[in-house]
Amino acid sequence: MSLLTLENVTLKFGGVTAVNNLSMSVNEGEVFALVGPNGAGKSTVFNMISRFYTPVRGSITFDGQDLLKLRPHEVPKLGIARTFQNIELFERATVLQNLLVGRHRHRKTTLVEELFFAGRARAEERAHRHAVEEVIDFLDLQPYRDKMIAGLPYGVRKVVELARALATKPRLLLLDEPASGLSVEETQDMRWWIDDIRRQMGITVLMVEHDMGLVGKVCDRVLALADGAELAHGTPAEVQSHPAVIEAYLGTAAISKTANAKGERV
Amino acid sequence: MEILQLLLSGLANGCVYGLVALGFVLIYKATEAVNFAQGDFMMLGAFVMVGLVNPQFMGLNFWLAVPIALIIMAVLGYLLDLTVLRFMFGQSQTAVVILTIALGFVIRFIAGLIWGHEPLNLHSPLRLGDVRLGDVVLSMADIAVIVVTLLMTVLLWQFFQRTKLGLAMQAASQNQMAAYYMGIPVKRVQGAVWALAGAVACVAGILYASKGTLDISSGFIGIKAFAAAVIGGFGSLPGALMGGLIVGVIEPFAARFLPSGYSQLAAYSLLILVLIFRPHGLFAQVRTKKV
Amino acid sequence: MRFHFKTSYDQDIRLFPDGWTFSLYAALLVLMLVMPWLISDFYLGEMTNVLIWAVAGLGLMLLTGQTGQVSLGHSAFMALGCYLCVNFIEMGLPFLAAFLLAGVVTGIIGGIIAIPALRLHGVYLAIFTLALAILADDMIVILEPWTGGVNGYFAPEIWIFGVEVNRWVNPSAWYYLALGTSIFVALLYRNLLRSPLGRAFAAVRDSEISAQAMGVDVARTKTLAFGLSCAFAGLGGALMGLFAGAFNNETFNFLIAIQLLMMIIIGGLGFIHGAFLGAIVIAFLPQFLSILTDQMGSSSIPGLEVGVFGMILIAFILFEPMGLYGRWLKIRTWLELFPFARRDMFRRQKTYLKTERLR
Repeated sequence: MSLLTLENVTLKFGGVTAVNNLSMSVNEGEVFALVGPNGAGKSTVFNMISRFYTPVRGSITFDGQDLLKLRPHEVPKLGIARTFQNIELFERATVLQNLLVGRHRHRKTTLVEELFFAGRARAEERAHRHAVEEVIDFLDLQPYRDKMIAGLPYGVRKVVELARALATKPRLLLLDEPASGLSVEETQDMRWWIDDIRRQMGITVLMVEHDMGLVGKVCDRVLALADGAELAHGTPAEVQSHPAVIEAYLGTAAISKTANAKGERV
Repeated sequence: MEILQLLLSGLANGCVYGLVALGFVLIYKATEAVNFAQGDFMMLGAFVMVGLVNPQFMGLNFWLAVPIALIIMAVLGYLLDLTVLRFMFGQSQTAVVILTIALGFVIRFIAGLIWGHEPLNLHSPLRLGDVRLGDVVLSMADIAVIVVTLLMTVLLWQFFQRTKLGLAMQAASQNQMAAYYMGIPVKRVQGAVWALAGAVACVAGILYASKGTLDISSGFIGIKAFAAAVIGGFGSLPGALMGGLIVGVIEPFAARFLPSGYSQLAAYSLLILVLIFRPHGLFAQVRTKKV
Repeated sequence: MRFHFKTSYDQDIRLFPDGWTFSLYAALLVLMLVMPWLISDFYLGEMTNVLIWAVAGLGLMLLTGQTGQVSLGHSAFMALGCYLCVNFIEMGLPFLAAFLLAGVVTGIIGGIIAIPALRLHGVYLAIFTLALAILADDMIVILEPWTGGVNGYFAPEIWIFGVEVNRWVNPSAWYYLALGTSIFVALLYRNLLRSPLGRAFAAVRDSEISAQAMGVDVARTKTLAFGLSCAFAGLGGALMGLFAGAFNNETFNFLIAIQLLMMIIIGGLGFIHGAFLGAIVIAFLPQFLSILTDQMGSSSIPGLEVGVFGMILIAFILFEPMGLYGRWLKIRTWLELFPFARRDMFRRQKTYLKTERLR
């Protein structure tokens, strides 16, 4: 069943068409990847789903609801969480506090209750901390729980971003280049986590990724983008061997070579 | 005729605001910092001139004193950058704002120590003589203010558009690290900007002091000038001048036609309206952050 | 060095992390409570002044330290709180009711004013609020029937549960009023910090875009922050005016707002302690300087206080941007780790400024 559907979406920045008549649908429970060269419009698709950008044409629906009617902060309330390509954490807060912000969509307490820490406030706060603690356990962030973000290394920040998104208890998780800048080991960890996120937590994942190794291992379906338009879609193997994809990445001359080396992984 | 008289005296006042606003914009364009002490710079420049020219101090010839005062203020601007602002390199804009407000406090204190707290008059040749155009009377100082301001705006504008240093300044403000990589000596460029801003403030101060009396609170017109810069659109030199003129013209009209008490509200009410409806002034310059 | 072995979420939630911290603050509270017996009436008045500044400072701290929005116009809201309070008293409300209501109404008005200001960032917000403060000065003069205009207003008598609170008759009552208010406000502030809204404030401060992606309504959060901040500032302003005995537009000059901002920076942005430490500096600096000039045998130097205050602020921004409280935290860590503290443990990361400006 399709959870997220984009239909004929077009986005223009001034005269530049960033996304051109793109249609795609992400099914419940799958891991779906967007690939493509830099500037292909992958992150732009994410930013439209997050409602930072509004397409000039087309529709985006999530579980039957029209996303284009919502404002950016209302999107996570439906159960869509995301990470950012250039890590956007709350720098002057601890890891724990960052994750607790992820619980914001579950906030039930009112201003007055919070000011006097009365009524539900304490019980709610315990519930938030419990939920966050589960995510910390899941991603092995215990050593960093009370550390300030400002002093953390890049690899850890990446994990904290993922953790913060998971703390929202999403139905759909948007990962913008989860493995970029990570070491081989860290990429391995990321791979297992994405698998577990799908299998154990039942969260649908839509990701943008350049590392075709990772994409090949964790993704069910892949859509290749170039210049804002679809090049190919299908299983990772199908997309990798699709002539248009190879051309976009390597140029025309490469096609004949790959044809000769058929069977081998690109 | 009264309208024309109000308009012209408003324009002359507006030019002083515009000149101080130019100083704001200059520093903003080149370092992304906002110098809230620009008004106090102007006050200091005027006092330096008073110190050089007035008989109870050094009693130099006015025209000889002008370049000396300009150089003194430019050096002060450069030294200020060297000793204080350079340490703020890479810090947030608001930290610099607060720093420069404090700097204004200190400048006011020092000026008070040196020149006292009594209002002073600059012995300026611009004070002599009025020009009559029909029924409209303009002082020489008013005319000088208008001419000099226009000249300064054009010069600075050309400076940013044409010269290598001007372009380097703009580049340095937008991305310090990239500017470094391109071989721009970012810190030295910033020093040059502060020196330039000091000189511009000095020009404004000389003209201001030629028009009226001067005391250490004169620097507070910096707030009005800042309002003018925002109204015109921060980051645009012609915008700063336009904003200054708008504020300058509004004031005499408000004083003439609004009941007393309400007239002071005019400039700041306009500022608030502009900020609400055109948050980035008349020439927008900012777009949202890319993720 | 103390270690916390955490066994329940309440250990993170409760006000004091452990018994030791609790007893420290309890001791501080006892000290504050017996203060009237320890120091002369003059210094008790100065202490009252410190606490009043701290109340207003906590208000601005919530906005600037917590939410990252700079306001140069909080004197306007201090004035609003003060004039609302005396007008409510004139209408016949008992003091405490008038006082709290003044805070609430100031907060609501502040929140409404914030709505158009929400789109403004950094310097633009600063100049917007500065304009508000300057306009408020003129408005006080115009709205003479309610404010007494330039001639000012003489503070009405204050009675709390049958006790007259009068600076000259019983200064300790005033002291306790200020102490109670500052503890009350600090407690509300602390409660916010351990609730979702307080974290949303910090989220907006650090990254608006990712706050939105986490479901934080940035506009609403900023409005709330501004409103709450104004409410606290209003309470502080009401106390300040009433404590002064007589007040007019000059009492709430825009320079007060600037001093308030400088005060919380000197104290330490983002820390409740910072508001109190800053208030101590701002309230005792004039005393200290007058004693110093007396010692040196010179007559008083006009403008000295403001000048020195400016220099202190510059020194702090350059050398200790985290303020007095930040400095204390570093000293404490150094002592706890002794002798293992490293020199550059607190060194600031080198940063480069980059803007989204197009031209």
